[in-house]
Amino acid sequence: MNQTVFKLTLPILFGYLPLGTAFGVLFATQLDYAWWIAPLMGLVIYAGAGQILAVSLLAANAGLLEVAVAMFVLNARHLFYGLSLLGQFQGAGWRKAYLIFGLTDETYSLLTSRPRTGNKANEQQLDFRITAFNQLYWVVGCALGGLLGEMVAFNSTGIEFALVALFIVLTIEQFKALGDSFPIWSGALAAGLAMLLVPPAHQLIAGIAIVTLVLLLHYRHHRNALIKTEASHD
Amino acid sequence: MTDVNYIAAFIAVSALATFATRVVPFVFFHRHTEHPLIRHLGRYLPAAVMALLATVFLQSSANWQASLPGFDALSAGALVVAIHLWRGNALLSIASGTILYMAIQQSGWL
Repeated sequence: MNQTVFKLTLPILFGYLPLGTAFGVLFATQLDYAWWIAPLMGLVIYAGAGQILAVSLLAANAGLLEVAVAMFVLNARHLFYGLSLLGQFQGAGWRKAYLIFGLTDETYSLLTSRPRTGNKANEQQLDFRITAFNQLYWVVGCALGGLLGEMVAFNSTGIEFALVALFIVLTIEQFKALGDSFPIWSGALAAGLAMLLVPPAHQLIAGIAIVTLVLLLHYRHHRNALIKTEASHD
Repeated sequence: MTDVNYIAAFIAVSALATFATRVVPFVFFHRHTEHPLIRHLGRYLPAAVMALLATVFLQSSANWQASLPGFDALSAGALVVAIHLWRGNALLSIASGTILYMAIQQSGWL
């Protein structure tokens, strides 16, 4: 079984090892904490973009409320992953908590796209191992990066731009998947407004509040427009 | 708060907030998440948040006092977009933008 799982998760290995290493290097070169905190974060937080954002939040000594809001909102896309796996994880017993904990972008895409047999217990055990293998790759990457960043002396000035680059890439990916630029402009304009109106320490929360409000108004407008078109058909 | 307490609390809060985003659909049942408002937010919020984060951190990593204001971050950001649209390889896009930004910062010619 482990050989099958390894083959299935090989593409994730190639993605997680370098990205985890990048996070570890970033962590060790930007912050004064011990290198092993990097794999510890991979073990208990286990979120790529979240951990990379955490480096800049740690560097800024961010307040815990801001950390909670920023992490929750950054990972808000996960809110919608579980929906397609509700039935699949049903009755998984003690494995279920870990299956849910380990539901990263990559694990989600693997679990929802792989072929399945009718044997549910067997499939859940396979899901469990896939999740564990993926996290192992991630934690090993974080540890390698942490050690590398601490041991190898090189001029790392500017390496924190990796965070910006990651968010740009994720924005493009979101745009490709959605085919609609409205949320992109709303997010960027909300950020601009927040940067004009509030000091740097609170810009993230202010921007998130603004863009959520914009999306709520957008929803109301859409709903009213829908009701109007339905009414005109009557 | 000491450094050790802060990092411990920081990791605990981050872990809980991340787990919360993954566990919510399993706790609140299917029928709640079928609500059109939830579906609307599910469709648009992730993209909006990514664009917001990209903008905030792009602005804060730029040197607006340089002779070419903001050139360091804006050129590196543009390179990320170009490489990503061309090859669609996330690691390649991130690496090229970061290397360009580091080169500009470290050469000090700006």
